[in-house]
Order: sequence, then structure tokens, then C-alpha cells
Amino acid sequence: MSSSTPAISVAGLSKAYRLGVEGAATTFREAIVRRVARRNGSESQAVIWALRNVSLEIARGETVGIIGRNGAGKSTLLKLLSRITWPTEGEIRLYGRIGSLLEVGTGFHPELTGHENIFLNGAILGMRRHEIRRRFDEIVAFAEIERFLDTPVKRYSSGMYVRLAFAVAAHLDPEILVVDEVLAVGDAAFQRKCIGKMGEVAREQGRAVLFVSHNMVAITALCQRAVLLEHGELTREGAAGPVVQHDLRGLETLSATPLSDRRDRTGNGALRFESVVVRNASVGGGLVRSGDDVRVEITYNSPSGRLQNVHVDTVLWGAFDEPLCQFSSTAQRGAFDVAPGRGTFMCTIPRFPFEAGSYRMSLYATVNSDVADWVMHAATIDVEPGDYFGTGRTNVEGIGMFLVPHSWDVTS
Amino acid sequence: MSAPLHVIRPAERRLFPDIRELWAFRDLGVALGRRDVTLRYRQTLLGVIWVVLQPLVAGGIFSVIFGRVARLDSGARSYFLFAYAGFVGWSAFSNALTRAAASVIGQGTLVTKVFFPRLVLPISALFSSVVDLLVGMASLAVLLMVTGTPVGIAALTLPLWVALLFAMGLGLGTIAAALSVRFRDVQHALPVLVQLLLYASPVAYATAAVPEPIRRWFLLNPLAGALDGFRWACIGTAAPSGMGAMIACAGTVLALVAGFAIFAGFERQIADVI
Repeated sequence: MSSSTPAISVAGLSKAYRLGVEGAATTFREAIVRRVARRNGSESQAVIWALRNVSLEIARGETVGIIGRNGAGKSTLLKLLSRITWPTEGEIRLYGRIGSLLEVGTGFHPELTGHENIFLNGAILGMRRHEIRRRFDEIVAFAEIERFLDTPVKRYSSGMYVRLAFAVAAHLDPEILVVDEVLAVGDAAFQRKCIGKMGEVAREQGRAVLFVSHNMVAITALCQRAVLLEHGELTREGAAGPVVQHDLRGLETLSATPLSDRRDRTGNGALRFESVVVRNASVGGGLVRSGDDVRVEITYNSPSGRLQNVHVDTVLWGAFDEPLCQFSSTAQRGAFDVAPGRGTFMCTIPRFPFEAGSYRMSLYATVNSDVADWVMHAATIDVEPGDYFGTGRTNVEGIGMFLVPHSWDVTS
Repeated sequence: MSAPLHVIRPAERRLFPDIRELWAFRDLGVALGRRDVTLRYRQTLLGVIWVVLQPLVAGGIFSVIFGRVARLDSGARSYFLFAYAGFVGWSAFSNALTRAAASVIGQGTLVTKVFFPRLVLPISALFSSVVDLLVGMASLAVLLMVTGTPVGIAALTLPLWVALLFAMGLGLGTIAAALSVRFRDVQHALPVLVQLLLYASPVAYATAAVPEPIRRWFLLNPLAGALDGFRWACIGTAAPSGMGAMIACAGTVLALVAGFAIFAGFERQIADVI
């Protein structure tokens, strides 16, 4: 790698956001108040380091995945590379034109037609008009929207919208392509087509691709190399497989959210959820895989004494905020009697029947038919591919969200 | 090893925008301008009607209040024509100003998701103002024909006055755009300021109607010379004084240079604070 042509060279890169100083004031009044406060020394300068001392070399023809939790600095790194924001310290050298896709359809206007949006979006992404004209037919064909070219995109289905947006970006022809999580939307078939296109761009055209995703399967499939960001620092770098594995081990008890501090809840408070922990009951630990037994442990507090007629409900939500499945104590065992103080509800789901992906969980409790506590996004469950069918193989890249026991035969 | 195409280092405050970089993104400016015009005139009838209706209403009100009630002398054949032409010229300035001022805040998602010289935004906002002016000029031409007003040789100077009005609007609008990212109250203060400027400039009344003792201060307003010039070129009212024209030119250059310089100083912080 060291002998090949560099595409990106990052050295000692840091980005700080200042909070509580004049820079954050948004009105004249605020600015004056702060200026006075600072003169009196009553306000200190809070600095948040979104990125700290990151160094990285990427060569032409390489596809590198960037992984890490929300807030680890992935987006900041991409914004710095894309020249949207400037570093506080350090240096980036870009050996070629950079095209960044940080959002699907940036600048798309719903009232404009597909045709008009291709030219607008292309220009926004940095293409010259003659380049767009030259690639126009290819873009339309890739997006599969030939018949809807003169239709305003507000009438497009979300699938068509995403296809068109990605198609424009995919024909950008930069030497360096930076892609942020945009493949999380769109249908599976098109996602695969996009991933194929990105791989082709890197391998055959000798470009560098930088790819941020929560989809570990996509990262391992697409990237030779991966870097892991944690709290703004680059903590691991190397072949994609091992880095992804390392990150997954870090998932342990991530779902143990401090629910007690949450304000975004409704209910009379007769009973309150305090925490949720999702455990792998088959092998222990917090890593959830399809096909393993999963136990959800919900800690609660009932401050006002013994409660009768308590019902608990948890719903699993998909990536598009669609309800997938309800685990209801009512349907399963009727009402609980609950002692005063703290306790734990436990819900066991044998042979966890969901495909790999990220799911959200809501919690809901009633006491005597009154809502006691209701938290919409109480926890996230990141499900990894597992051996659901007991065949010794993990079911990678499945279509759909559910795994259902079944068998196949053939007669002739 | 070849030299890097871009080296990104901590942002130093720029004194003036990188004009070469700006030029490289000219297609984006055109695309954004084209978008604004398309959206504005898509419901064709309505778009044009609005543009014509504004000077029509303003001309009517001004000619009643300033012509009939206050009995000022416009120096033109009809007060209505005088006020109408004045408002068309004024709109070129005020549209350029207000649209440039709103251009950055209004494109928040663009600014945080894509790189381009941010100055493209206020400049591209000029496009729709130009189209509006063309429509306004066409309606004014109809009015001149209907009233049988002769068009003199002064009409040849029209491009100069139009350029001054647009450039002054763009310059001030660019300052407002940069400031409004930091201070949201600029958005509220601007309409008041524009309203004030409207009455402090010779739109509804002629410069000659301003009493002598304060006229010298009045002419320090660079808009006065530009508006007088615009009306002189369009409907043949009194030509602006040499001093008035010079102040207009100097004021415009100052506004534009100051606008670009202030914007350049803010440019690299925009994505962080928007």
C-alpha cells in the first residue's frame, strides 16, 4: 500500500466545536450578554473535540470503511474531507477531485421534474453542465426512471427518489468518493446495485472510496480496510473483518440505556421504567444474533406502593419506524401484581427471529388501564447475522426482516 | 509523488473571496438561479402578475399620496408613470438585497452537506431579480407606448443604472447574508431597514422636491443618483447631477467590496454555526 499512489493523506487532524462562547450566540442580545459575561469571567469556554489527532493514509483503488458509534466523529471526518467545515488542527491532502455523498438527493426540489433535478443536483455535487449532459442517459438508465423524467419528483415513490439521487452521485466521476450511510434507504436490490457500482468504481477505475455505514455486512463485503473511530479518536485500523469484529465485541450492554434520565415520556408515573438490558440468553453477553435466545430485562420503580392490574408491552420497530412485532404481557400471561420499589420484568424470546439489522424498542405500561409510563425509543437492538436455521451457516444478506422455520424438498 | 490537488488546513480568515474558485462553480450558480426562476414562474400567469402588480399598486398609492395629497411636483408627464418607473428601479435593488440576504439561511441543508464557494448563493439569488426586472421593464415599455411618452437618447445609459442598482443590492445583501447566519435578528431588522430606505430614496418623490437645505445630505445616499439615473433613462425626467452619479458609483463599489470581504471572513464558519 505504501508503494501505491496516495489518494488521501490525513495528518494529526482535530476538530473542536466551541460551546458557551460568543461563537454560539445567535442574536445580538445574546452576543452582548455573553460578551459582558466573559468580561466578568463568569463564563468559561467549553470545548468539545469531535475529532482528535486522526492520521490516515488511503491509496488509489482502495475502499475503506469508517465505523464507530453515533457521535464518534465519523460525520465530522467526512465533513472535513468534503471541505464543508475546516479543521482546528492538522492537515488533509487530497490527491484528486473529491465527490461526497453525505445525504441522498441534496438540493432536490420536490416541484422540479426528474430531468430538472438531475441537472440541479449534478451541479450541486460539483459537476459541470456539459459533464451532466454527457452522462444524462446513463444516469436515467441507472435510476430506472425513464418514464417519469418529466414528472415532478414530489410524485415519485421514495424508492424512485433514492434511485435517482444515487444515480446522479454515482456518475460524478471523482477520483475520491466519500459516501455516508446513504445506502440505508432504498430497497435491497437497488442497494446491491449501488454497492456493486461503488466496488466497480474503486477496483476498475482506480479511485478511492471512503464509506461510512452502520451496516457491518456491507462494510465487510465492500471494504478491504476499515478504521474504527471512538470518541473522536482513531482506535483501530486494518483489514475490514478484524476491525468489524472488534467493534462488535464493544457492543456489550450498549442497550443498557439510562432510561431514568429520559424526559421524552408520557404517563402518570405510577410505575416508571428505569433501564432496559437486552441479553443473549444462549451464549451470554449483550451481542444479539439471529437464532439465539434473547432476554429483555426491564427494570422499573413503583414509588407509591403495591400495584395491581399492571400490563407491560414492548414493540419492536424497524428501520423505517414501522412496527414489526408486539411482545405483550396481556396476551401472554395477563396482569402482573407489582411490589413497591424496584423490580425487573423479563421477556424471553426464544430463537430470535429477526434478520441482522438495527431495531428499536418502545416500552409501555398501564396500571388499572391508565398509562403509567410510555417511552418510544427506549433502546436499540443491533442484531448480527446468526445461525438461525442451525445449519452451521450464518444467513448473510437476507431479504426481508423475519426468519421463519421452514424446510425444502424436491420430487421428480 | 504528484502534488496534492487540495491541502486543507485550519481555516484562516480570508480577506476576499477566491474569485477563481467562484468562477469554477459558475455552473452551480446558473443551476441555482435557473431553479429559482423556474419555481417562480412555473405557475406562469401568477408569477408575471405578481411582478407587474407590485409597481402598479405602489405607483397608484404614491401618485395619490405624494402627487394629489402632498401636491409634490414629479417633473414627469404623469405622477403615476413617474412612481411606476421609480418602483421598477427600486425593486431591482430591493429584490437583489432581500433575496441575497435570505440565500444562505434558506439553503441550510445545502451548506452543511456539500462543498462550494458559499458566495455562489447570494450571487445566484440575483437571477430571479434580473428576470423580474425584465418583466417590469416590459410592462413599463407598454405603459410608455400607451401614454405616448418618447424615449430619448438617455435610454442608452440604462444598463449602467441597472448594474448599479443590482450591484448595490447584492453588496448589501451579501453583508446581511453573512451576518444573518450569526445573528438571526438580521432577518427581522432587514425589512424595516428596506422600508426606511424606500422612503429615504427618490422613489415616490423627485429629488427636486427635496427642500434645498437637506438635499445635500439626501444626495449622500448612493441610491439617489442611481434611481434618478434609472428614471432619466426610462422616462426622460431630470438627469442626475454629476455628483449624484459619482456618489452612486463609489457607493456601489464600496458596498460590493465590503460585502464580499465580510462574507469571505464569515464563509468558513457558516457550516459550523448554521
